[in-house]
Amino acid sequence: MDTYLLQIFNGISVSSIFMLAALGLAITFGLMKIINMAHGEFIMIGAYAAYMVQNFFSQYLPASFFNFYFFAAIPASFLLAGVLGWILERLVIRHLYGRSLDSLLATWGVSLILQQLARSIFGAPNVDVKSPDWLNGAFLVHPGLQLPYKRLFIMLMVIACMVVIYYLMYRSNYGRKIRAVMQNRAMAASLGINTRRIDAYTFAFGSGLAGIAGCALTLLGSIGPTLGTNYIVDTFMVVVLGGVGSLWGTIAGGFLIGTGNTTLEFLTDATLGKVLVFTLVILFLQWRPKGLFTIHSRSLDE
Amino acid sequence: MGTILEINNLIISFDGFRALNGVTTKVEKGEIRFFIGPNGAGKTTLLDAICGRIRPQQGSIIFDGDKNIMHYPEHKLVNIGIGRKFQVPSVFTSLSVYENMEVSVVNDRSIMASLFQPITKAQKEKIDDILDLVDLKDYCDKKAADLSHGQKQWLEIAMLLVQDLQLILLDEPVAGMGRKETIKTGELLKSIAHHCTVIVVEHDMEFVRDYASKVTVMHEGRILDEGSVSQVQNNPKVIDVYLGRGGGNCA
Amino acid sequence: MTTKNFFKTPSSQTFLIIVLLLLIAPLFLSVFRINLLGKFIAYAILAIGIDLIWGYTGILSLGHGVFFGLGAYAMGMYLKMEAAHGKLPDFMSWSGLENLPTVWAPFSNPLSLALIVLVPALLAFIIGYLTFRNRIRGVYFSILSQALSLIFVVFFIGQQAYTGGTNGLTGFRTMFGMPLATDNTKYILYYAAIFLLVLVYLYCHFLVKHRLGKILVAIRDGENRVRFSGYDPAVYKIFVYVSSAVIAGIAGAIFVPQVGIISPAEMGIIPSIEMVIWVAIGGRGTLIGAVIGAILVNGLKSGISESFPEVWSYFLGLTFVIVVIFMPEGLVGLVKKYASKITCPIKKRKATEKASSVN
Repeated sequence: MDTYLLQIFNGISVSSIFMLAALGLAITFGLMKIINMAHGEFIMIGAYAAYMVQNFFSQYLPASFFNFYFFAAIPASFLLAGVLGWILERLVIRHLYGRSLDSLLATWGVSLILQQLARSIFGAPNVDVKSPDWLNGAFLVHPGLQLPYKRLFIMLMVIACMVVIYYLMYRSNYGRKIRAVMQNRAMAASLGINTRRIDAYTFAFGSGLAGIAGCALTLLGSIGPTLGTNYIVDTFMVVVLGGVGSLWGTIAGGFLIGTGNTTLEFLTDATLGKVLVFTLVILFLQWRPKGLFTIHSRSLDE
Repeated sequence: MGTILEINNLIISFDGFRALNGVTTKVEKGEIRFFIGPNGAGKTTLLDAICGRIRPQQGSIIFDGDKNIMHYPEHKLVNIGIGRKFQVPSVFTSLSVYENMEVSVVNDRSIMASLFQPITKAQKEKIDDILDLVDLKDYCDKKAADLSHGQKQWLEIAMLLVQDLQLILLDEPVAGMGRKETIKTGELLKSIAHHCTVIVVEHDMEFVRDYASKVTVMHEGRILDEGSVSQVQNNPKVIDVYLGRGGGNCA
Repeated sequence: MTTKNFFKTPSSQTFLIIVLLLLIAPLFLSVFRINLLGKFIAYAILAIGIDLIWGYTGILSLGHGVFFGLGAYAMGMYLKMEAAHGKLPDFMSWSGLENLPTVWAPFSNPLSLALIVLVPALLAFIIGYLTFRNRIRGVYFSILSQALSLIFVVFFIGQQAYTGGTNGLTGFRTMFGMPLATDNTKYILYYAAIFLLVLVYLYCHFLVKHRLGKILVAIRDGENRVRFSGYDPAVYKIFVYVSSAVIAGIAGAIFVPQVGIISPAEMGIIPSIEMVIWVAIGGRGTLIGAVIGAILVNGLKSGISESFPEVWSYFLGLTFVIVVIFMPEGLVGLVKKYASKITCPIKKRKATEKASSVN
């Protein structure tokens, strides 16, 4: 039982990272109908940003500061991924509005380029990011069940991000504009909202979220140029299950896939678990083809 | 004459909002029936329900006396004789005008038929006749994407005509058309009505006055009044709904 | 469609020229190059299938590597059994198996080669039935199909004892008794690949030139309108998906004996999406574009990545972005545009011809 609880706990902490990445994806799809296959590469960029901050701290700052590098790494990951996301939007994405399937293909080309770029800069082998000392260790629930601090920290971080996203989307002026554009682009534009600018900022913000997810991933293992590809399909499944464009759905989807994955892997084995999760998602879509949470629309041909 | 469509106590709600609240009406064969009403009255929802895009929570829709069509998928509706034209012109833009018609004209719509049964001579003539009717004969080889807005609307109507339907549902067929085009569409409606029943959702009151045989006024998911144009125009409740919303022309 | 009409369209004429060039290629190229070209032809077959479903019907499948892989594994299992001479295939004994698994048992019989098409067809039917009938489409379908390819890779790697794991199946010796290593067999396989290419091209040409082809394009343009024209799009989509999967299986089967190995790496996410690139670069919605794209991109790939592997990723990525954004009709679209500029005076006559060749 304890092993299972620990597995579930680990599963939730990993899926909370997916949730963060998937939220970025869900927002950009809901807003622009763009599927960004390079989203995984922004996870990778965030992870390398954390790696660079770590290197900077260990080389140029006194050793006593090193333990706090992670607090600098989080905003650095967000900013680097966000800025690159903004550039991508300006250069590529804005040509692809209204062409969902094409956006999927073009952004995959972008992901190839970004991966190769990472390979050219950091080399093909994986690199390790050393976790701060204060994150090593575990919280003792009772003998036999120890929850690692790292994973607790990740969950706290994701919760904090979600609170920020919630405020940004539902309590701020900017969020109101985003939701207005999501629901009716033409109407929002005619009310004087600069939809193009909203698109660019939102895309950058979504990419930044992926960056933070990447930063969190550095706590769980080594990172490499193909980090993003390993996670992108899971991230997409979260979005599909939750209902594309729905924030609550994404959170619920992430939770379900995370716990479902670990439970089934615990009951069967790693490969069979994955196959079962996929089958369950397809069967679920039989019942609700548009995912858990759907946005009602009156348009005839969406 | 007889009843072609019978709608009984139809109720549809989205997330607690009642879009249709007990609609009951009958449409007779050969009618040109207009559904009018302010925005949000439930006109388009009613069309969606008839053609299977929305599942009503309650009520029934009976077609041709004995068929309860509520759970029919769209393609099956067409095969029993109900066609629908969308508000936004919806034609196959990468196909030519003629190919659009060719896809619509056949009766056997199976894979085998679409591989091994070429268009018959009679079907070809039918296409030609109808294209003539909507003035698209000279555009046969043109891609549908290159047609004007009005021409696309007519092509879509032509695609319905060629299908041998008993009931045609039109959602705002003259939206975005100029006067001249509107008149032409109206004449088209009249000639359609010779061999099939037409249900139209429309905002253009002048158009309604000129071509409706019977009008149903809807308001907030209910039927407010039903009858001839002059009859409903003099109903104080109808006037109230329209004038209360700022002017008779915005219907 | 008579043969006379077939040769009238520029795309069919181009196809004919390509086939002729491929037929005489052994006169000029070394057997090594011919073997490589044979592999590209297998890819071209695959690309035609993808074009059928994506270019014509507008369904973006990112899991075609699975169907290619299933066809390839079926062929590989047969070859493996032939190489084992009735004994247990080598990798199974390394993984500790003592008896032949039931799934392998049929492969000692040449009739089992029917599974090359039956297995992909069955899988495509099940997936298609479950998704298309429920109107799962657009990006939803693409993402699910991509997950499919991920699942299969995980599964094939996981079941080491049955599939050969990461290494896949290799170490084939003979095919129908002919030793695979000899030049003679290589030429035979090369010509067999050309034969299959022509066969698949004609099949797809047959599909798209009839009303079915128009209906497929109609589904791409407006699926709802197709429904309101009285068709059930799900039936057509399942049919196209199954056709396309079978074609992919055939491509996989002719790929294996020429290349000598099949591993999960060939059916994963990245190869699956690369297949779509070939079609995009050649020109979606034209069968000839798929053939040209597959041969050209793979030719370039082996040329460039042999000497500069790094450059290849940049080149492929950049080409893809540019093609998708600025040349959605690919090379064929570019040629058409260019050709119509030159032939302006006789445009009228040509235009009608071209209109019919687009599809």
